[in-house]
Amino acid sequence: MVHWSAEEKQLIASIWGKVNVEECGAEALARLLIVYPWTQRFFSNFGNLSSPTAIIGNPKVRAHGKKVLTSFGEAVKNLDNIKGTYSKLSELHCEKLHVDPENFRLLGDILVIVLASHFGRDFTPACQSAWQKLVSVVAHALARKYH
Amino acid sequence: MLTGEDKKLIQQIWGKLGGCEEEVGAEALWRMFHAYPPTKTYFPHFDLSQGSDQIRGHGKKVVAALGTAIKNMDNLSQALSELSNLHAYNLPVLSPVFALQFLSQCLQVVLAVRLGKEYTPEVHSAVDKFMSAVAAVLAEKYR
Repeated sequence: MVHWSAEEKQLIASIWGKVNVEECGAEALARLLIVYPWTQRFFSNFGNLSSPTAIIGNPKVRAHGKKVLTSFGEAVKNLDNIKGTYSKLSELHCEKLHVDPENFRLLGDILVIVLASHFGRDFTPACQSAWQKLVSVVAHALARKYH
Repeated sequence: MLTGEDKKLIQQIWGKLGGCEEEVGAEALWRMFHAYPPTKTYFPHFDLSQGSDQIRGHGKKVVAALGTAIKNMDNLSQALSELSNLHAYNLPVLSPVFALQFLSQCLQVVLAVRLGKEYTPEVHSAVDKFMSAVAAVLAEKYR
């Protein structure tokens, strides 16, 4: 079980409380597809991904980004059982979606950068530290059921 | 590979730091030590408390090196040759390909914090590619 200090929990909750899940989710997923173009292979049925502008404006990307970040919210609500929270999703990503878990780490890092750009100076080093730990734990949990 | 557009975006973004390069370097290092404690193992001789002269000094060096790299993006290998030698032969660090990803992430967070919306996906992509290229050059002589 991952140990979270009271400060880490507070830093995570206070940022999450101000996140617009739809906007941040859409932006994080769009950036993943733009910065790491090979990830587009997982979304071949999403339509036009031919340019950053197309990706950012793509309604399927926005919708899926929202879905992904909403799911992330489950981790925030269940910090003491992230492994259990993502058990089924881990199986799904391995067995049906065939996603290399390295991509979870990439998305996590991108989410941190999106939060930094939205929150500016409020995204302090302590905040970043707590969030890097969170995205790492989530990535780990999603990779856990791979076989 | 860095396109012409990537290079332009990087130069523009670097230009926006206008004189704050030293702070950016120090902050990136501080965030890196905080978020990735194992990176501290490469600086056992440093005072790693917040705002320490050594962190400031080293941050300044790192950013100066990146500045040089940005002025010579068409020939990174040559521009960073000295640093590449230093990292390979004198500093027994993990290959930069692995270690620099943490600095890259923290530098990008600092840029995102300072630039907000101006740290667009296109700029993000260009900087990420650039930092990967720098890491690859620094790792060239490792083996």
